[in-house]
Amino acid sequence: MASNRHWTWFYRLGSPRWFYETTGRWLPWLWTLTLVLLTAGLVWGLGYAPQDAKQGNSFRIIYLHVPVSFLALAGYYLMAIAGAIGLIWKMKLSYMVMKSAAPIGAALTFLALFTGAVWGKPTWGTYWVWDARITSMLILLFLYLGVLALQYAFHSQESGNKASAILALVGTVNIPIIYKSVDWWYTLHQPATIKFTSAPSMHIDMFQPLLLMIVALYSFYALALILFTRAEILQRERKATWVCELALQAGKDSAGEAG
Amino acid sequence: MSNVGFTAYLKRDLLLSYRRLGEAASPLMFFLLVSILIPLGVSPDPGRLAELAPGMIWVMALLATLLSTEGLFATDHQDGSLEQMLIAPQLLALPVLGKVTAHWLMTGLPLTLVSPLIGLMLSLPSVAVVPMMASLAVGTACLSLIGAVGAALTVSLRKGGLLLSILVIPLYIPVIIFGSAAVQTAVDGFNWLGPLAILAAMLCAAIALCPLAIAGALRLVSSN
Repeated sequence: MASNRHWTWFYRLGSPRWFYETTGRWLPWLWTLTLVLLTAGLVWGLGYAPQDAKQGNSFRIIYLHVPVSFLALAGYYLMAIAGAIGLIWKMKLSYMVMKSAAPIGAALTFLALFTGAVWGKPTWGTYWVWDARITSMLILLFLYLGVLALQYAFHSQESGNKASAILALVGTVNIPIIYKSVDWWYTLHQPATIKFTSAPSMHIDMFQPLLLMIVALYSFYALALILFTRAEILQRERKATWVCELALQAGKDSAGEAG
Repeated sequence: MSNVGFTAYLKRDLLLSYRRLGEAASPLMFFLLVSILIPLGVSPDPGRLAELAPGMIWVMALLATLLSTEGLFATDHQDGSLEQMLIAPQLLALPVLGKVTAHWLMTGLPLTLVSPLIGLMLSLPSVAVVPMMASLAVGTACLSLIGAVGAALTVSLRKGGLLLSILVIPLYIPVIIFGSAAVQTAVDGFNWLGPLAILAAMLCAAIALCPLAIAGALRLVSSN
């Protein structure tokens, strides 16, 4: 019995309805937290942090670039773990989380590449170089797109779930290998033009807003993931009674407001 | 007893490709034809060709393997023999490994054997011929195994070919990096056994892990 009670929270997570209702209560708080953190971080980083000695103001894009790249990578692992939970415990909800994580992750990876290119122009004098980190991010983007494409290729939701979960897991095994080999490939080719001067020792005044932005982006990621998952839940459970009741209620509310 | 599935499927697939030799030869034809495009598209100058040859040969071998991967489980899925394989009371990874081995024997190995000819046409320095063959032999086996995971995932889709390449090419990247690195280091006059050893390590990992992923994918995806 004791071990049963221990696991109830985990089993409850498997219920989309429970997730929908609980996150519904969290959402206002999460919205507030995200907006406050993002505003504070952006204003601090873009307005008040000191200029970089060599790069001037252009370095400020770091406050978007670094947190976004962090989450792009972390998001892949979240997606793969959600997929693994789905495969092992056959939880509907974790497949929904996995499916929601894919487009968010792909968008963040694209944003990381885009901000990197924008930053690269004034700093390195070019939008694109075949640097190890940039190349790995590009590969990560294609890994995300692969999971996304596979998910939508199947007519049956079930097959799409399972197939993209397996692909996400295969990708997880491969990511360290891909990263190491791209790193090795890069050191072999040695284009010596790029030096990332300010990375290792960052002044504390520059570092604090960066830390705040990382926390803000994590909060934003959680918010986006929850919103995507909620939409996915409604879509997939549209025939369930509780969703129908929810829709009826929402219809009544808006009718009441209009009248 | 335990490896009955392996040898049975290896023999069966080799026999099937022997009876359809034209089909089995098409990756090889592709490899040869694309190598004609390079001097035509880039330059017939031996110096420039020699510079491009290590990478180009590897890219062409990769694409040739990729093209042939789509059919790995597709015909079995269409005629129902895949179902037979799935319901057989044995570890699914072994027949899967047998099929992939047969695939390598019919694509990777012939590619490796004709690669000196392509090397000659693209003026690859002669010191690099043995490293190229060794890296192709080990590397194409990796490519077959990784590609089979993609083929298993897309087996029940009607137009899986293009999707297969999207799924699999990112996973091919480590193989092509170390494969062409082995050839390139040999051209530069260094010891090329290092990259080859890493390729061999990748092959060991792929032999251990890929059949499990393929078996899982086949079971899950074809079950509904």
